[in-house]
Formats: sequence, C-alpha cells, structure tokens
Amino acid sequence: MSSIQDIQNEIVEEFGLFDDWMQRYEYMIELGKSLPLINSEDKNDNLLIKGCQSKLWLKADMKNNKIVFTADSEAIITKGIIAILIRVFSNHSPTSILAANTNFIDEIGLKEHLSPTRANGLASMINQMKYYALAYQSKQNS
Amino acid sequence: MSTSNTSFDVNKIRSDFPILSRQVNGCPLIYFDNAATSQKPQQVIDAIVHYYQNYNANIHRGVHALSQEATDAYEKARRTLQTHFNAPKAADIIMTSGTTHAINLVASGFTPFLTKDDEILVSALEHHSNIVPWQMLCERTGAQLQVIPMTQDGTLDMSAYSKLLNNKTKLVFVNHVSNTLGTINPVEQIITAAHQVGANVLVDGAQACSHIQVDVQALDVDFYVASAHKMCGPTGVGMLYGKTELLEKLPPYQGGGEMISEVTFEQTTYAELPHKFEAGTPNIAGGIAFGAAVDYLNQIGLDRIAQYENELLQYASSALSKLEGLKIYGTTENKTAVISFNIGDIHPYDIGVLLDKMGIAVRTGQHCTQPIMDFYGIPGTVRASFAFYNTRTEIDLFVAALKKATMMLT
Repeated sequence: MSSIQDIQNEIVEEFGLFDDWMQRYEYMIELGKSLPLINSEDKNDNLLIKGCQSKLWLKADMKNNKIVFTADSEAIITKGIIAILIRVFSNHSPTSILAANTNFIDEIGLKEHLSPTRANGLASMINQMKYYALAYQSKQNS
Repeated sequence: MSTSNTSFDVNKIRSDFPILSRQVNGCPLIYFDNAATSQKPQQVIDAIVHYYQNYNANIHRGVHALSQEATDAYEKARRTLQTHFNAPKAADIIMTSGTTHAINLVASGFTPFLTKDDEILVSALEHHSNIVPWQMLCERTGAQLQVIPMTQDGTLDMSAYSKLLNNKTKLVFVNHVSNTLGTINPVEQIITAAHQVGANVLVDGAQACSHIQVDVQALDVDFYVASAHKMCGPTGVGMLYGKTELLEKLPPYQGGGEMISEVTFEQTTYAELPHKFEAGTPNIAGGIAFGAAVDYLNQIGLDRIAQYENELLQYASSALSKLEGLKIYGTTENKTAVISFNIGDIHPYDIGVLLDKMGIAVRTGQHCTQPIMDFYGIPGTVRASFAFYNTRTEIDLFVAALKKATMMLT
C-alpha cells in the first residue's frame, strides 16, 4: 500500500507528462467522468460541501480503520479535482490523512483552484476531508 | 452598421484602460465580466493618484489649504453627480459606500414608518442586495413582502404588478436593469403606478447607469441608487439620490462625526442634508474619482455607449445562438449587453474554468439572484456582459473558446 506522499509523487509525475493546460484539464475531465457514482440518497445537504460554486457531496466511511471517501458533483472539473483528492486520501488512516501536506496541488498546476474566492472549493474539499479524519480519529480515541 | 458609430473609435477608447493590454494565462485578456465591475480608465486612476499625491486631507472641517482643496474636489464630484442624474439639488445626492449601503440606508430609515398592515413590493428580478434589506425591514416592522413575478423571457409581469398594488403598499423596489438577465425594467411605468396608490419607489440603478442616461426628475423616482465601480469608477463608493422631503423625513443611518451640527451629552442635533447621512470620514479619493468616471462616460456619451454596446449584444447573441445546445436566459428585446446562458447539461462552472484558461473572464453561478435561478430551475448560468471597450474580435474569440470548452466537456 503506497503512502499518501507516494501517491502524490505519482500524480505529480503523471501531470508532468502534459505539455499544456488543455491536456491537464482533459485528463481531469476524464478523471471526473470515471469517478464512481454515489447513491442518490447520499446527495443530501448533510454531505454538501459549502464553498463550492457547483454542488459537491463528500462521504467518508470507516473500513478496517481506514477512511474511504466517495463523492459526486454537478460540475465535471470539480469531480475531477475530488477524484484526485480521493486517490490521494482514500484508504488511509485518519492519522496519516491529518499529517499529510498538500504541496502537490501547486506542483500539478491546480493552485488557482485554491484561491479563496467563493467559486473555488478545493480548499473546502481538503478541509472537509481533514475534518472527517479528525472526527474519526477522536472517535477511535474515545 | 449605423453611421454614428463610425466615429466610435474603440481602439482609442481601449488605450484609456491600462488593464486591457495585460495577459491572462498566456492569452490577451478578454474581459466580459463588466456587470460585476467595470474596468477603470487612466483618467479615473489619475484622479485617485492626484488626490493622494497633491491634496490628501480630511474634508469639511479643516481651515487649511489642503482640506479646502479636498473639500472643493469632493463637493465638485457631488455636483457632477447632481448634474448627471439631474437631481434638483446637490444635497439630494448622498455619497455612500455603494448601492448596498444606499439600499440599507433607506430600508433602515423606513423602520419607524411601517406597521404590520403595510406591504412592500420587490421584483422577482432583484439582486440579493435588494431583497435581504427589505426582508430585514419586514422582520423589524411586521410589514408583508410581496414579489412582482417575472415571465419566461425575463421581464416583469406588469399586470400582476398592477394587481399587487393597493393602498397598503408603502414601498416598491425594483432594479432598473437586471444584473443576471440584462432586462431593462419599465421603471417609469412602475413609478407612476406606485405613486397612484401613494407608495414610494426605490430604483436600484447599479446595472443601468453605465448604459442608460438617468434623469431622476423626469422619472419622478423617490430614491435612486448607483455604484461607482460599475461606471468605470472605483470600488467602495456609490450614491443615493432621494427627494429632499423624503431624505429629511428619514432618520440618520449611522451616528458619528460629520453628521451632527451640535452635540451635548443630553442631545444631538443632526446636520443638514447631505451630511446627516454621511457619518465619519468618507471615501474622499473614491468620491472624487466617481466624479471623474462620470465625466469620462459623458465625454464619450452614454447614448453612443448604449448604441455600440447594443451592436455588440446583437452580434454576440446571433453568434451564440448558432452554437448547438446553447440556451439564452433573458430574451426580451429591451435589454443591456448581458447574455446569460447555458450549453446543454454542462455546468456553468466548468465552462467558466476553461474560458479562464483561455484568458476570458465571465461570471458563472447564480449571480446573487437565486430566485431567478429557481424560476428557470437551473443551478446557474454563464454570464457574458459587454462594455463599450469590448470588440467584435473579442466576441469571435469568445465563441471559438466556447466551442473548444464544449468539445472538451462533452
């Protein structure tokens, strides 16, 4: 099982193969399209992430002491971004998720999605994943 | 093309706007988000710089030369606005931080005059900033908020409006132009009908003033609000026009310096208009630059601006309607150069992100008008809004970029 850092390095390497923004975004759109669908009942307001212009639902389940994330969004690029984050963070322990940095976002040219405008939700997505990790960690410790 | 526009030298105009020569994501900037804020010409930027470099001082109180120069310049800007909007007196123009501030000032001021038996009408086309302050006013007073419905093409249902008006109606609020759809509302008709039942009308001119010459006396409007930043002026400054007798009736909105004539710990006497509503040190540079922006627009001429922008609108509408699956929201003939649209099932956010990669700035989302989105049953739209410094070439590039984005997303 690769560590979060290993997966981030892999993604940076993959994105390094692209020559321009179009290829990068085409890849993200592909990732968005291939993100497994979530149950329609999970698309409820409790799982909605605030701070995204397009609706984004994120679910976190605990399986064998690892958090499994699933998500969906109305917008395909948002789905592509969350697909990358799921690849990085899903199937890891709460502790390792909380300890992980997210420097790779800068390196793969997605920094613009981190800007604190109301339109961009990447920061909210990462925060929400870390909140889930924190919640599960406190549950484990209690 | 009409003959008058042969003298409309868009390249010369563009050279007034330094930002238009910059690149975004490696492409020349195409700025189609003018309904959110307009870009600023060098003349306006210079007015701000000139103030800070040469006569920065607090106004209305100093006896020294700088303070007098600054006061003169600020009051000159107020007179520029008075003339531009044809207000009877300069004191009828209250400088505010923008339209939101101006609307809140009026909404707050009406609190003592309303009861639970009164009704307030707002249009279905309003920006959240012209809905929420009235909801808050209703919460404070118990008055009822009623909505003037809209029709499919994005115009107000005027027969429904007539039916909603009655002798309980105390206030009517409409925007002059819808920020989302560009619809120009029949404000003259709305005002006349409201006055027949004794209601006062506030018109939000944020989206109108850079395209339409407004004469507050001809409209007989009770309150008219505008923002400088949509009119090539700076952010953080706007204005409220009000009829003198109404402004005198409303209590002050904020307490502070400048708005008083006499203060003891027992009692304070409020200053005369407009100072009663201008507590604290205002945005002096902003106010002066607001005047410069209005001068700039008038130098070109709002009628010529409107004509040129309308030509851009027709050109863009016709080019966009050829794109497969593209649906335009707000299709009335009488609209400003705003096109709100979606392409098939593609989420507006996806289009906005890809256009940005190609250097094109549009707005995506609900545009602070959730009721309009709910009316059409859509999550949002892509909104391209044009200004007089945009060109047909930019529209061609925009259409090509949209084709590219659609190809990538489907």
